[in-house]
Amino acid sequence: MAKVLMKGNEAMALAAIKGGCDAFFGYPITPQNEVPEYLSYHMKENNRVFVQAESEVAAINMVYGAAGAGARVLTSSSSPGIALKQEGISYMAGSELPAVIINVMRGGPGLGGIQPSQGDYNQVTRGGGNGDYHVLSFGPETLQETVDLVRHAFDLADYYRNPVMIAVDGLIGQMMEPVDLDNKIASMDLPTKEWASNGKSGERGRLNKIVSLHLDPYDLEKHNLKLKKKYDEMVEKEQRYELINTDDADIVIVAYGTVARVARSTVKTLREEGIKVGILRPISLWPFPEKAFEKLPESVHSLLTVEMSLGQMHQDVRIVNEGKRNLAFYGRAGGVVPEADEIADEVRKLVKGANA
Amino acid sequence: MKTETIYQPTKGLTERQLTYCPGCTHGIIHKLIGEVLVEKGLLDTSVGIASVGCSVMSYEFFNCDTQQAAHGRAPAVATGIKRTNPDATVFTYQGDGDLASIGLAEIVHAAHRGENITVIFVNNAIYGMTGGQMAPTTLIGQKTTTSPRGRDQGDTGLPLRMSEMLATVPGATYLERVSVHDPKHIRKAKKALEKAFDVQTNKQGFSMIEFISTCPVNWGMTPQDSLNWAVDQMIPYYPLGLYKDGTKEEN
Amino acid sequence: MAKHEQVIVAGFGGQGVMLMGQMLAYAATNEGLNTVWIPSYGPETRGGTANCSVAISDSMINSPVVTKPDSVIAMNLPSLQKFEPKLSKDGLLIVNVAAIKDYDYRDDVRVITIDANKEALALGNLRVANMIMLGAYIQATGIFDKEAIVAVFKKSFTGDKARLVDINIKALETGMKIVD
Repeated sequence: MAKVLMKGNEAMALAAIKGGCDAFFGYPITPQNEVPEYLSYHMKENNRVFVQAESEVAAINMVYGAAGAGARVLTSSSSPGIALKQEGISYMAGSELPAVIINVMRGGPGLGGIQPSQGDYNQVTRGGGNGDYHVLSFGPETLQETVDLVRHAFDLADYYRNPVMIAVDGLIGQMMEPVDLDNKIASMDLPTKEWASNGKSGERGRLNKIVSLHLDPYDLEKHNLKLKKKYDEMVEKEQRYELINTDDADIVIVAYGTVARVARSTVKTLREEGIKVGILRPISLWPFPEKAFEKLPESVHSLLTVEMSLGQMHQDVRIVNEGKRNLAFYGRAGGVVPEADEIADEVRKLVKGANA
Repeated sequence: MKTETIYQPTKGLTERQLTYCPGCTHGIIHKLIGEVLVEKGLLDTSVGIASVGCSVMSYEFFNCDTQQAAHGRAPAVATGIKRTNPDATVFTYQGDGDLASIGLAEIVHAAHRGENITVIFVNNAIYGMTGGQMAPTTLIGQKTTTSPRGRDQGDTGLPLRMSEMLATVPGATYLERVSVHDPKHIRKAKKALEKAFDVQTNKQGFSMIEFISTCPVNWGMTPQDSLNWAVDQMIPYYPLGLYKDGTKEEN
Repeated sequence: MAKHEQVIVAGFGGQGVMLMGQMLAYAATNEGLNTVWIPSYGPETRGGTANCSVAISDSMINSPVVTKPDSVIAMNLPSLQKFEPKLSKDGLLIVNVAAIKDYDYRDDVRVITIDANKEALALGNLRVANMIMLGAYIQATGIFDKEAIVAVFKKSFTGDKARLVDINIKALETGMKIVD
């Protein structure tokens, strides 16, 4: 299919429909409002469910109910709203329920601002809810990658029976870019949802229960270990990343989402100056793509993490690096997008440092 | 000798032993729900939603599909299930802390949207599960672990009347308050439950049956004294009866 | 010929600056080019100043954020003051001077001044001032021909709005002629 020019939020909404989303539950918040606005029209048109909930808290619990009943479900929100959804996300992880959650990130903490940010990295990758759990999460760069991941996320959620989050900054939600909504993506073999609690116990001959309560500690520990097995499988199979111009690099910029895209401009400029710089671009945020770091050549002496936050992903880079390479960090916060020239200056400092 | 079955447990409940304290009326209310679901032929197509509180384990007791909800969120969970499975019979089972305190927004908005679900609201004027703290429904002067000198209006306001409040919500269809303190009232309560599930089956919208219930352990009374206290103290403040019947307006 | 263009369109909310940018992005998409349109968003767009940036390229667009535009279309004085300094050397500055008297323009850029309000009123609709500016822009840069934009008009203005196609084409032509 030919590419169509769409706004990020609307393209994600349409991608969800294409991904087989049966139901959407959400609450208005800037800068993601075009997602529910688009779906309020087009879900009904496709005989699917759209409900504007009374709060983000209610919305995620509607997601829980619908997912528990076997539906493919989406909710979307932005940072403070995602914070409110954390309770439900923890319950869903505990009850092993699939759902796709779109987070169009804005600046924080608190009400913060409404401009693009990556300040939710910790919230996305560590989980803001209680207990031992993880949310499979992705931080795409272009609108095409975003819509491909939204479609695929429904399969991943069903496969793992776990929430999947697509975390983009406000810029990706607000910008328009040509996208192909029928781009070929991986399809997964998925079993039918025999576990769904949907009022068909008679037909099924067995009761289904959706529960995260395990009062016996040994029972709960067993459940925790079962969940961990899934997380281990995600760590093994779902690390996604892109290495850009790293083969001969001395310095590698670690950046995701819009920042990675800005860094591409930086690399272009610096390569023209003869500086050997590349980009390690995480696509999966959890699991963090540790494997990508193993693939960097020995020539890389420094890693520069660049984020629209004050060093959240940088913590993961430090963990993976294990003191091996020189590390530097550059971040902008509050809704400010770093410019290519600013990043270039930071890289130049590392060149000077290495030569000193 | 000729034998005759004069009583048997309802198939609407599983064989799991109830976890409720002796003398509390949760058991009676469970039995009524089970009987109504069986008699109406709805059991095999029902989804019950357990809330947080004494009834947290109720997903083990109802002999149908169940989901356990986070504290206060049962009406939202029910919304998600019902909207994606409109042919299922969906009911929540919630206490007064769950429904009238932490879940106030969810219950009001489920009613406001006219969600086609049935809510079983068990009002025993206290938080039972957590050990007898004050609830929004605790009566003035009632001693609880967080109102040790008795609930004081100046500090905590007046007890919340949920059926009356929801009767003001245009989207709600059927609201009735019942009690199970004696056989006559139990029979009446069952009729109310039947009506509430009929409302759902007929796709007429939101129904809630509020049960005046007891908590002998946390009230510090014998079961019989508890029943008497419910009659003498609770019912005067929470009058029994029909608060809204939108099905008549439609006919 | 390689195409790389980054333009910022700015003005008051209601002057149709978002739409101007979108017209360029649609035209680029139709021609199979890469493009990114980014709006300013939030309360400032309601009655205050609004702007959008459009990047157009026949290769992959790296940074979607336009910090040093090749062209600036300014519909009012605050926009001119905000974006003229960011314009690249030898860049193109198109200004709607309807409410701007004397202004000391940079001398290292190409400046085109148009009283777009007056021209639009002459066509009978003040609201098409934006498309007059767009006409001037495509003529001055040569990035798209008239038909490319007309095709977008026809696709964008449908139903009740179909009657707006003609006057917008006239506006586009007016702008093109002024630069010619």
